[in-house]
Amino acid sequence: MKSIEELKAIKAKMADKVAVRSSTGDTRIVVGMATCGIAAGARPVLNAFVEGVTAAGLVDTVTVTQTGCIGICQYEPVVEVYEKDKEKVTYVKMTADRAKEVIEKHIKGGEVVTEYTIGAAKI
Amino acid sequence: MDELSLYVLDITMNSVRAGATEISITLVEDEEWLTFTVSDNGCGMTEEQVKRLDNPFFTTRTTRKVGLGIPFLKMLAEMTEGYVKVTSVSEKVSEEHGTTTQAKFGKNHIDFIPMGDIVETVKTLIQGSPDVNFTFDHTMPDREVHLSCAELKEILGDEISLAEPEILMWIGEFLNEQYAGAEE
Repeated sequence: MKSIEELKAIKAKMADKVAVRSSTGDTRIVVGMATCGIAAGARPVLNAFVEGVTAAGLVDTVTVTQTGCIGICQYEPVVEVYEKDKEKVTYVKMTADRAKEVIEKHIKGGEVVTEYTIGAAKI
Repeated sequence: MDELSLYVLDITMNSVRAGATEISITLVEDEEWLTFTVSDNGCGMTEEQVKRLDNPFFTTRTTRKVGLGIPFLKMLAEMTEGYVKVTSVSEKVSEEHGTTTQAKFGKNHIDFIPMGDIVETVKTLIQGSPDVNFTFDHTMPDREVHLSCAELKEILGDEISLAEPEILMWIGEFLNEQYAGAEE
């Protein structure tokens, strides 16, 4: 069984790393987690971003955060990507698989996945 | 929503948005009933606001004109012969303010839905609000699952956020092991 004591070991391991981590990353991925987002499947999308950013070793520069309803419920799950000195990108009708693709192509590769953006969505 | 754990997530988000610093999530199950209770020390609601909760066209938000969280929960609970009860004390009324939402479900009813990934719900809440002290207790006939963010913070101190991936992963494993024990 895991014990709370184990956390002490994790803490010791993390201490140096966290100290150098900047408080605000250069890139912010924001997932809508209000009723509309949750009902549309935002929880696995958020999870895919958290795990994907961690797996890609980008924790120091990319932060994943949650927000409430931004008013376009019919497009949920909605994910906004804010990058330094760039225009905000809004992805709509996201899934965990699409999240993985966005991490690969956009967050790591710098190419916006246009087909999932709100601009490409049929209104 | 097709998992009960998503309802727990949705209802607890109300506490987060109410500015709560202490939120307890308690699930109690026997063979017949499942009751979950979310209690917080957030800003609370006035009596008038509590009365209007069942009305989907009532919401405190400004980004849209409908609020479906409580109506969804109430519909599911009542479909399974259960209920939803909300009690609240507004910060305008007392220093001891906060809201308690309790929902009871008949587990053997045909309209009852699976629990789904409750561990993922807890992790999602902590990831989004690492500064909030969540306590999570799930009592089943044969086992209890427990997590207290305040206890974890005592060990980790102020400099390490519970939202750090390593910590979240540990929390997930910690809870999943307790649940796995329950199935033995």
